[in-house]
Amino acid sequence: MSVAVAESVIPVPRPALGRVGTATLLLLPIALVNAVGFLLPVLNLLRMSFNEALSGGGIRETFTLANWVGLAGDSFYLELILNSVVVSLTITALTLVLSYPIALYLHRSSGRWRTFLTVLVISPLLTSAVVRTYGWIALLADQGPITSAIAALGFAPPRLMFNTTGVVIGLVEILMPYMILSLLAGFGRLDPRVEEAAMTLGARPVKTFWRVVLPLTLPGIALGCLLCFVLAVSSFITPKLLGGGRVFLLATEIYDQAIVTLNWPLASTLSILVLVIFGAALAVYARILRAID
Amino acid sequence: METNQTSLPMKILVALLFLFLLAPVILVVPISFSGEQILSFPPQSWSLRWYIALAQNSAIISAFWTSLMLGAIVTVLSLAAAIPAAYVIVRMRTMGSGFLYNLFTAPLLLPTIVLGLAILIVFASAGFLGSFWGLVIGHLVITLPYALRVLATTLGNLPLACEEAASTLGGRPFTVFRRVTLPMMAPGIVAATALCFLVSFDEVVITLFLTGPRLTTLPVELFHHVESRADPLVASVSVLLILLTLGVVMIVDRTVGLSKTFVK
Repeated sequence: MSVAVAESVIPVPRPALGRVGTATLLLLPIALVNAVGFLLPVLNLLRMSFNEALSGGGIRETFTLANWVGLAGDSFYLELILNSVVVSLTITALTLVLSYPIALYLHRSSGRWRTFLTVLVISPLLTSAVVRTYGWIALLADQGPITSAIAALGFAPPRLMFNTTGVVIGLVEILMPYMILSLLAGFGRLDPRVEEAAMTLGARPVKTFWRVVLPLTLPGIALGCLLCFVLAVSSFITPKLLGGGRVFLLATEIYDQAIVTLNWPLASTLSILVLVIFGAALAVYARILRAID
Repeated sequence: METNQTSLPMKILVALLFLFLLAPVILVVPISFSGEQILSFPPQSWSLRWYIALAQNSAIISAFWTSLMLGAIVTVLSLAAAIPAAYVIVRMRTMGSGFLYNLFTAPLLLPTIVLGLAILIVFASAGFLGSFWGLVIGHLVITLPYALRVLATTLGNLPLACEEAASTLGGRPFTVFRRVTLPMMAPGIVAATALCFLVSFDEVVITLFLTGPRLTTLPVELFHHVESRADPLVASVSVLLILLTLGVVMIVDRTVGLSKTFVK
């Protein structure tokens, strides 16, 4: 009973304004920023995708599906969209393969060692994408350390930069921390005793992995893949810098249309398309989660 | 299962993967001491010339001050707006507080390339482009959700007992908030401060859309530099940036614990 009374004495401001008035006043600043910097711009973006672009950056207020129809009928854009999705899926798959061992190792370690490794995983996240991409430019450059090493082994040195390969390598590394953290979050279900049981019952390590460890970690894998795919589709800095203007993906095209060509209706349409792809990825994720359970 | 039963090949594999993950960040350190004219690794000669060049590069230095100032103002404003908002949403539980929380954190769901374009279009007609306060609003759009999320979580995890006791003993709501709730929220406030500052200081994509020829931030200046030239100058800036980030992270670690702040 006393608890119930105490609950009702939770500090509730009761000044002249009254409860709702105070709440409104306190929420006003954040609501204002949200309205001016988020709601209004996003609604306007949606509206903009139905406007007509005039040559020279002009815009005619109208209601036309021309941007959408134009996209569907333009092989350059269809290829661009397909290419973005395929490249992002490739990046997601590679990120998963390279992150899984790290996550598993982290999950199995403990104490200070684990804290130290976790900090190592997080630290790239705190470094600017520009800086990390710059590091990759140094590594992947023609006559850089990697191409030189390949040449020294007697192979023809490949081009690793200013093409899709470079973008994929750079983005995989940039997205790995997200994947590792998602995997770790999902590894909670992985009890070492279950593995031990499988081994005791005679399963060899490889079989234990495929039949016990992997199925138990599927939710974490699904979450990490969703996050990486979404981040890859919308990534801009790395494709722009490592692609050197020669790799055409959705995000770089949005930027070019907005800043260089000044075709805002088309840039808006492509942006909405990115959001549609996000929605599709989310739907696939939900289905996979249901299938796992 | 205290001992890590990992086989040697697996350990080597994990070490190599860590090397891959950290390579670009580690690499900028030796490159920044390069004596070469152009970006190359490993450098043929060593020198401090790119640190000297950095000290003489007025464009980068002024961009750094813009970023620092922007980060500081954005952080202060984020806290000023997010602390009351978190209080209303978590403690006052007015109607629709769940909806409001989702609405106020929704900007984080949008990719920055889309958000940047959306803000560009609206700000262009309002004449906010290339203005410092336009940038402040643009950054607030993404720092506020982070601040709100961290502060609402902190507040939600605090026991009500102290606030109730203070209130029962006659403390007026604002006094209770200032003398009891706010001090108890301190770890969350430190975390939110660090997060807001780092997010604002590192932001590139939205900023790229909003900066003008006369106003630019450090990450945008670096982006344009990498886009047009390949020299070791960016490496020397990067080393200083990494040290700055390390400083902020260590302050957070000393005050509230790193893993609590960023892993959660």
